[in-house]
Parts: sequence; structure tokens; C-alpha cells
Amino acid sequence: MTNKKGNISEKSREEIKAEREAKKAAKAHAKAKAKSTKIPDKDPSNNNKSTSSNSIKNRTSNDTPETVTNKNIESPNKISVITKTSNTCEKDEKIVSEVSSEGKSKAELRAERRAKQEAQRAAKQQILSEKNKNKEDNNNNSNNNNKSATHTITVIDTIKKVSPKKIQKINIHEINLFKHLYHEREQATVNVPFVNSNIHPAIIRLGAQYASKIIVGSNARCVAFLAGVKQLIQDFERPPQADFIRGFEANLQESVAYLHHCRPLAVSMHNALKHLKWQMTQFSSSLSDVDVKNKLSNAIDTYIREQIELADKAISITIQTKISNGDVILTYGYSSLIHKILLDAHTAAKEFRVIVVDGRPWLEGKEQLRRLAKHGIECSYILINALSYIMPEVSKVFLGAHAILANGSVMSRVGTAQVALMARAFNIPVLVACETHKSCERVQTDSIVYNELGNADELVQDCGNGAQKSLLTNWRTKKLLNLLNIVYDVTPANLVTAVVTELAILPCTSVPVILRIKPSEI
Amino acid sequence: MEKEEICQYFNGIIKNEKDVSAGMAAIRTLLKVLQYSKSETVQELRYCLQNAIDAMRSTENPVTAIASGSELFLRFITLTALDTPTFAECRGIMLHRGNMFYEKLVAARGKVAKVAAHFIKDGSKILTHSKSRVVLRAMKGAVESNKIFEVYVTCSSPDNSGEEMCQNLRKLGVSCTLILDSAMGYVMEQVDMVMVGAEGVAESGGIINKIGTYTLAMCAKEVKKPFYVLTESFKFSRIYPLNQVDLPNEFKYTASTLKKDLQKEHPLVDYTPPHYISLLFTDLGILTPSAVSDELIKLYL
Repeated sequence: MTNKKGNISEKSREEIKAEREAKKAAKAHAKAKAKSTKIPDKDPSNNNKSTSSNSIKNRTSNDTPETVTNKNIESPNKISVITKTSNTCEKDEKIVSEVSSEGKSKAELRAERRAKQEAQRAAKQQILSEKNKNKEDNNNNSNNNNKSATHTITVIDTIKKVSPKKIQKINIHEINLFKHLYHEREQATVNVPFVNSNIHPAIIRLGAQYASKIIVGSNARCVAFLAGVKQLIQDFERPPQADFIRGFEANLQESVAYLHHCRPLAVSMHNALKHLKWQMTQFSSSLSDVDVKNKLSNAIDTYIREQIELADKAISITIQTKISNGDVILTYGYSSLIHKILLDAHTAAKEFRVIVVDGRPWLEGKEQLRRLAKHGIECSYILINALSYIMPEVSKVFLGAHAILANGSVMSRVGTAQVALMARAFNIPVLVACETHKSCERVQTDSIVYNELGNADELVQDCGNGAQKSLLTNWRTKKLLNLLNIVYDVTPANLVTAVVTELAILPCTSVPVILRIKPSEI
Repeated sequence: MEKEEICQYFNGIIKNEKDVSAGMAAIRTLLKVLQYSKSETVQELRYCLQNAIDAMRSTENPVTAIASGSELFLRFITLTALDTPTFAECRGIMLHRGNMFYEKLVAARGKVAKVAAHFIKDGSKILTHSKSRVVLRAMKGAVESNKIFEVYVTCSSPDNSGEEMCQNLRKLGVSCTLILDSAMGYVMEQVDMVMVGAEGVAESGGIINKIGTYTLAMCAKEVKKPFYVLTESFKFSRIYPLNQVDLPNEFKYTASTLKKDLQKEHPLVDYTPPHYISLLFTDLGILTPSAVSDELIKLYL
């Protein structure tokens, strides 16, 4: 979120221009409406007026973005000084822009607006009074609050006008199908605790690393998270008159909320957290703090060793039987597990070739390529566009996974489903390597309902000609141009030949059985 | 028991008792070994049984059923608390469980035939491949319930075992036609369903069966006829072939051909992937291919 804002302030020039135009249009529209004596219609374009809509539905939907914005402005202020200053200067610019854009005198316009607001309120009250009184009271209160605020300082009026617009500005570029995801992100920002609350520095650092994509990959994120929690445990001091476990749980909750704000938690992290919480419930209250600390640290170490390291080893051993001499193995992006498997096969003197397929915008395959080539494995590198060209020579496809869902679908880096589909079309077996700690009891059939939104600006960077400016640089100024950068996609079970877990090689459809036999602690 | 003795006993069963499949014969041999072994510890006994399994695998018989049958047997007899005071007692328990297991298996074929016979309707035409005891049993069941149906049997080279199947069916009074293997596609549009047995069932839910089954399954899928597999659950094995090449060589060739140049040899079995199979009739009930893995997980994990 903060990142996004930074970008906005960077491109404020274009933005302001566009905004001015939008504002003029809105004003002309409002004037035309004020002249006509009809009750304002339900056109979504008049949502930008805080009190303009006449139905309850519109009213409530109007309320939410407003509150969100207010909080949005608040929370970054508390998080960092830099964003705050950038934010305020942005506001200032907007105010200036508004002032300059108005041809008529300000007082005249305001009077006009007020009159219109009054008229609309009257209309609305008529409807509301019959329906529910509580609601009306609330609305009135909020309206009154708003009004008093506008009376006290005139500048605030303009700010208030600007803020809903600003949110709409961002909203303009939301893809309809993924609206809920944008909303989820906003929610996460709302719930975030303040920086001066007692979040461990290690967690803050971890959050920054997640947010800036320094730590990526399901396993790496999980291990880093557990390491962070371990540090948290060591440094945690029992609050006075409180149980150690309870106190720690509360603290952990806060840390997790903070991490979630930085980047939505991975499924592996959720599972690790669940395991940790289960462990905590197992301790008797008579244990001393030091004992609990040690036990929890041990539990974390065991989890990392058993669920991640040993599981990786077991998977690698199992999958070796499926790699034969002369194989051409295709893999997509970067997966630590696939890397380990290929490396192990290479050390076992198997002769095979690897094709690393890569996709924008992250180009994680380059890392895979670098690491494999370093060990002398024969590699080719292609982008996902060339997939159908390379597919005929491939004999097996190995894919990593972010999570494996209860219906057998595999959630992985965006592009994986395409690779699996293409492999299926060419009748090439697709193996997904996935530890059971990544299994998840959610059921998902598409990539829309639950996903993670990446920063859309990442799509702007052109990979080829660095010197030339990308055509998409000014995409935010174009009203009808939307960019979507989702992080994961879901591969349906029927595209996957087999899932290799540490327990066995299984068909995708048997994943729920694993979930069932897995003891409750995970 | 010595290795030769084991092989002799095993081959004897296969030769003399036509109605016993290789897997069952293997389990019977193992029971015999268990009974007469002079080992003093569980570890030693296990080693002894493993040797017997290896010996049987080296005989000129389909390895698939032997492998899965013996693995399941070992798993089943050791699936109890074996911390009894004396070894003799422990062996007694294992022997008891082994016999229990065997009796269950003997009953299995009847159960499979019983569930499958319901699917054979009056006037239906059935295509089957090669020779399968359990398919024969199911058809016998259907005949006994006075159903009139027609069967097409592929002659199934290289050993032409379809001819034997055809004779057996005629003895039951079923009208039956022997067709060429290459006539599968020709006959497919006339039949109502395909019923085959299996030598082994892989963890994916696919089956390993006499060469030609895969072709048959593909034909059936194309013409949209249901493809039913009749199999006992002891044939479930923990292998997961990705494609034909991935199937282990010892499954595809007999022990003697393995020593030759495999490029020039004909494989004896092929692997039919699960999505070609409509249903599996087993003694555990009627399963979809994906349920096989669930059953195996229950047993082994």
C-alpha cells in the first residue's frame, strides 16, 4: 500500500492533469443535475459526493471507502515519516490543483454544493425515515460531524472532497473480477498495529524483507518466519500478572498481523503458525518461562527439520526413480525443492537436460538457471511464450507448488497452470513436488476467489530495451487501462499426473487423504 | 526351505491348479515358508521371506501380481503388535494372520464377481481381453442368474490366451466370438462395455495388464464405451508409472528375456492410465480409480 502511494506521488504530474479533467467533468455533471429538479439518479458517477446518493445501499457503499481512506491516511502517518510527508505534499498539490482548476469563485460553488446537498438529504430522509431510524440517526450524526468539520476550517472541505476522489482514483484501475482482493489488502492495512507498539525488530525486518520480495518462495518464507518467531520467543518477557503463553500468543498475533500487512501470509506459514499454536496449548501452566521458551524453540527446530528439510530429502529420493538417463526435464520459475531434486539427480550421475521456462514480471527462472548452470547441468532458458515450441522435446515436467488444496488443485506461481496445460496437450507427464506442510484444506477451482495481488507497476518495466521508456509508464493516467499482476494461479488436478510428497507419489485426488491422516498438529 | 524348493513348490501350484493366479500362489508359497522356516528372530524370518519373494520373482511368471501380493502379505502379517514373549508365539500370530489373509483372498474373487455380475444385463454385448479368471467368474455368476449375453474375446497374442478364455466361456454356454487383436476398433462400436482383469493396480488407479489392454482402453474411450476392471484388492501395489517407459522392466518382460537385448523384445504387459478406466470392481467394493490410492494409503501409511 505504502509502495503504491509512493508511486502515485512520483507520478503526480500526470495524475493531477487527469484528475483535473475528471473533476471538471464531474462538476459539469453535477451542475446539470442541480438544474433538473429530479431526484438524482443512481448513476455510479455521483458516488464521489459524500452525501449524494439516495438509497441506503449507495449510502453504505459510499461510507466504506471514506472511512477506509481516512484510516489509510492515518496509518501510514504512523508507520513512517517519509510516507507521511509525501502524502501531505501530495494533498497540498491536489488542493492547489483544485483551486486553480476552478474558474468560478469558490464561494459561489460552495453555496451551490451546499444547496444540492441539502436537497439530496431531504430526499433521502424521506426514504430513510420509514425504513430504520437507527440508521438514519447514525447517518445524520456522521453528516453533522462532517458538516461541523467543514465549517471549522474551509481547507478541510477541499481535502474531504479530494480524499474520496483519491480512493476512487486508485479504484479506477481495479479489475472488476478481482475487486475483493483489493479490498482485502485495504483491510490488512487497516488492522495493522502501530510501529511504536511492541513488535520485535526481527519481525519488522522480516516484514520489510517480505514486502520488498527479498525473501520469496513458500519454504524460504516459512523458514524465515519460524526463525523470526524463535527470536521473538527468546526475547519475549512475560508481562506482569499474565500467563507466559497467553502473553506470547497476543504478541505473536500482533506480529502476524503486521507480517500480513507486509505481504499476505503463505499457506506454509499459516500451517507453521497453526502447529506452533497447537504446541503452545500442550504446555502445562506450571512450566517456568525458560522451559517454555526452550520447548517452543525446540518445537520450531523440529518443525523446520522434519517438515521442510527431511521432507525435501524424502521427496528428492522418491523422485529420483522417475528421472532416467536422457530425460529432458522442463521446469517453471524457481522452486528450491525442484532445484534440490535436479541437483541430487546430477550428483547421482544421471544424464539429463533441463529447460527452465520463465515468465514476467519476476523472471525467477533466471535464479534457477544460474544455480543449475553453476553446477554444470545442461540448461536451456526460454520464456513462457515459447512453450509450445519447446514442448515436443520435453520428456517430463517438474513443478514446484505454493500450496496444494483439498480438491487436489495445485496453487503455484502464476504461469504454472499454463505450463501444465501445455504439457497435458503434448501428453507429457507433469510431476508436482510438494511437501505436505503446504497442504491446505481450502477448496479452490479458479485463481480468482483467493489470490495475491502483486504490484501492478512491476508489469510496466520492459525487460528488453532498458534505455527506452516503456509504453506503459503512464498507465495510471489512462482511465480505461488496467494492469493486473496476480501472484498465483490454480492448476486443476486433472492436469497433474502425480504429486510427489514425502509420504508417497500420489495422484492429485488423494490429497484430502493426506490431510485426513496428518495428525492434528498441522 | 531352499530356493529351488520354493521355486518348485510355486511352479507346482501354478501348473497344477489352473484356477489359482500367480499372486495367490505366491502368498501360498510364503505361508509355506513361514510355516517351515527355522529362523529364530523376526528379522531373520523377514529376511527369509524376502529371499523367497526374490526367488519367485525370478521364475517365468508375471512379476506384477507376485510383487504386489507378497508385499501386501508381508505388510499384513506384521501389522500387529509382535512383542510377544517368545518367538514361537510371535510366529504363531503371524501364521494365523497369514492364513486369515489367505482365506480373505480366496473369498475375494467371489465378491468381485458378485458386484460385477450386476453390471451384466440381459442382451448386453461385452468385449474382454485375454484370459482373466475373475472376469470368467463374473460371467459365470451372470449365467447362473439366467442372463443371456454375448461376449467378444480378443485372441491376445503372443500366447493366444484368448482362445482358452473362449473355450471356458463356451463351456458355460455363453455365446462367444474370438476376434483378432487388431479388430478391437471394429468390434468396439457394437459392444456395450469392456470388461478386463488386471495383473496389478498401480497407486494412480491405473492398471497393469496383458499387452493390448491400453489399446483397448483407448479405443473404448474414443467410442465412449465404459471400461470396467475386475480385480482383487491384493493386486494393488505401490508403484506409480508415469507412462509406458516408466514401467519397470521386470514387469514388462519375463526373467529370461530380461537378459537379452530389450529393444528387440515384445513387452508382455502395458500400463493403462486411470483416466481411461470407468470403474474398478474389487472385493472392497466398486471403486473409482482415484479411490485406489486412498485404500493404499490406508494400508501403508
